[in-house]
Amino acid sequence: MGHAHHGGGGSTTANIGLKRFAVVGSPNSGKTTLFNALTGLHAKTGNYPGVTVARFEGRMRVDERDTVVVEDLPGTYSLDPISPDEQIVVDVLDTDHRGADQHRATVDVPDALLVLLNATTLRRSLGLIAQLHQTGLPICVVLTFTDDLARRQGRLDVPALTRALGVPVVPVVAGHRDGVADLRHVMAESDTWSTPVVAPPTDPAEVTAWIESVLASCDYQVPEVDHRTRRIDAVVLHPAIGTAIFLLAMFLFFQTIFTVAAPLQGYVEAGFGWLGELVAEHIHIPWLSAFLSQAVIGGVGSVLVFLPQIVLLFVLIAVLEGTGYLARAAFLMDRVMARAGLEGRAFVALLSSVACAIPGIMATRSLPSAKDRLATMMGAPLMTCSARLPVYILLVSILLPAGSRIGPFSGRGVVMFALYLMGAVSAMLVAAVFKKFTSRGGPVLPFYMEMPPYQVPRLKNVAAEVWAAVSAFLRKVTSIIMTTTVVLWVLLNLPLRGEAEMMAAGVDTGSDTAVAAYVIDHSYAASVGKAVEPVFAPLGFDWRINIGILSSLAAREVFVATLGQVAAAENPEEPAAALTEMRVQDGPQAGRLLFDAPTIAALLVFFMYALQCMSTVGVMRRESGSWKWPAIAFGYMFVLAWVLALAARTAVAALW
Amino acid sequence: MTLADLDRGKRAVVLGYSDLMEPSTARRLFDLGLAPGVEVTMVRRAPLGDPVIFGVGDYEIALRGIQARCITAKPAG
Repeated sequence: MGHAHHGGGGSTTANIGLKRFAVVGSPNSGKTTLFNALTGLHAKTGNYPGVTVARFEGRMRVDERDTVVVEDLPGTYSLDPISPDEQIVVDVLDTDHRGADQHRATVDVPDALLVLLNATTLRRSLGLIAQLHQTGLPICVVLTFTDDLARRQGRLDVPALTRALGVPVVPVVAGHRDGVADLRHVMAESDTWSTPVVAPPTDPAEVTAWIESVLASCDYQVPEVDHRTRRIDAVVLHPAIGTAIFLLAMFLFFQTIFTVAAPLQGYVEAGFGWLGELVAEHIHIPWLSAFLSQAVIGGVGSVLVFLPQIVLLFVLIAVLEGTGYLARAAFLMDRVMARAGLEGRAFVALLSSVACAIPGIMATRSLPSAKDRLATMMGAPLMTCSARLPVYILLVSILLPAGSRIGPFSGRGVVMFALYLMGAVSAMLVAAVFKKFTSRGGPVLPFYMEMPPYQVPRLKNVAAEVWAAVSAFLRKVTSIIMTTTVVLWVLLNLPLRGEAEMMAAGVDTGSDTAVAAYVIDHSYAASVGKAVEPVFAPLGFDWRINIGILSSLAAREVFVATLGQVAAAENPEEPAAALTEMRVQDGPQAGRLLFDAPTIAALLVFFMYALQCMSTVGVMRRESGSWKWPAIAFGYMFVLAWVLALAARTAVAALW
Repeated sequence: MTLADLDRGKRAVVLGYSDLMEPSTARRLFDLGLAPGVEVTMVRRAPLGDPVIFGVGDYEIALRGIQARCITAKPAG
């Protein structure tokens, strides 16, 4: 077996030789909670080789001597797979590699299984146990939700269940440490786990009989209907009230992201402003001071401003998911999503994409259908992500004065709303087109979605999810965005110009502004921007905008930082004013305001559609398992962006 | 009748699956607990009419009409 194929963030290579436990269970069996309880926040995310399924594994100590590896397998109801997630479970548990092709051979077989049994859905869950015995791997049953079972007047004799199944059974209640400690002891003794004398049957009719006999022997009393959940659902899923609650929840969701985050963003901004002043005060080498304040603090700071928004968004999504409301939102939206050929769960992925396409694309993992997953992945980057927000804000504020009104509403607000709406509609349309295109001839997967009982979200699960998202964002800022802004700063300031050359060109060398403007106009970056002019000239972009667009390929926010660098060189006191007064320098349109209405319209539309985000491309590759889909996405989005930007420019020029 | 014909709050016993249903889908519904002989309650319909939540044994599951129409049933006692 090759270990080189692991994508576990480098840690998995160190896991060779350690005993492996795989956590197996149906969705909503408390799998993630158990996994987080066992491994803490040290889990590594990677990918199974060649497929779109993420792999989670982490290490834990079972006693003073031994450390083991715990792998969280995707949730599955059965070992007859119908989705890529479920296929993975089958492949990992295929001990003798019957269908040993390349990628199966590279998946580690676990040494033992921790099988989750939800005590409130015991009848359904036992079928999976019967199938898992066929793998021949040692099994320990982890019994979850026994507290829920008791609350709902159900009954279960755990020692009798242990005897009936013939394997160890450990009850673990989320939030209580005792169960986890017991489980740890049992895991340390995995060589001595008991096995059933007679393996459970596999024939459907016999399985049903076997389940009945197990349930009878452990004195199982089916829990009552969860009245709490029924009462909440009666309101939350009510045709009128439920719809109103859903719309209100969505409204509050956006309000929180955009209004509650605003003051926090102000603090981040102020912090970076203070850092900039510090640099100006204490560093007297001009180029170093400029480099630190413009490239490092300016570039990274203009992006880190979005940290509060991203944290809030993920807290909201993790809480909504933890309570069980996201499943209800998916249920309410299923019919709407069906119009695009998708299902309710795709709504959740698109909703997450409003923060950032990356978590949105990762959320497509919950879709059982590989085709739905791809279609959603192709549409998700069109949702207006938080990285577009600073670009839109900058452009809209140049386009419309602060006091402008459209009807009773703020003109700027209406344009922003229209941009969000167009993004969402485009995402749905694109997903629909891709779904139509990919699903010709394939089998139709059934739609089913378990409605979990409502719960109070677990702090640890929320924290784990938020941390995973935030650390990914910080990695993006410190790697891709930092590198781009630094490279760009260098390109904007090189080659160095001699004083004699500037004098000859008629530049007032006594004025820092004039010198800076001359350097930028004749920089390497300007040459690159001018080289791509033939592509973007029809849209009304000049080399300065082109540089912004090229640099925003790394991340959209960089566009603002780039224009900021250019404008600050021309007017360091008021860079924003410099932008509104910037004029086209040469060519047939010389003298025209650079940011006139048709050009801004073209830019807005271009940013709405173009895939200016290498992180999204990277995640698409990881989640779809090949470069094919990110390449298609990049291509179609660029064409769409260019054509529609030209259309927008033409339309606005005719009407304005 | 099929599960799609159930009114809200009414119960039925699953008889089997229609021939139109793919075997893999039928197998999955079986694994989800929608097995012949199991009693199912229609809990509620989504505001837009589809999907529908059914109570199956001890838990609740949402199915689209297109699947519910392929599960044959008879009214429960």
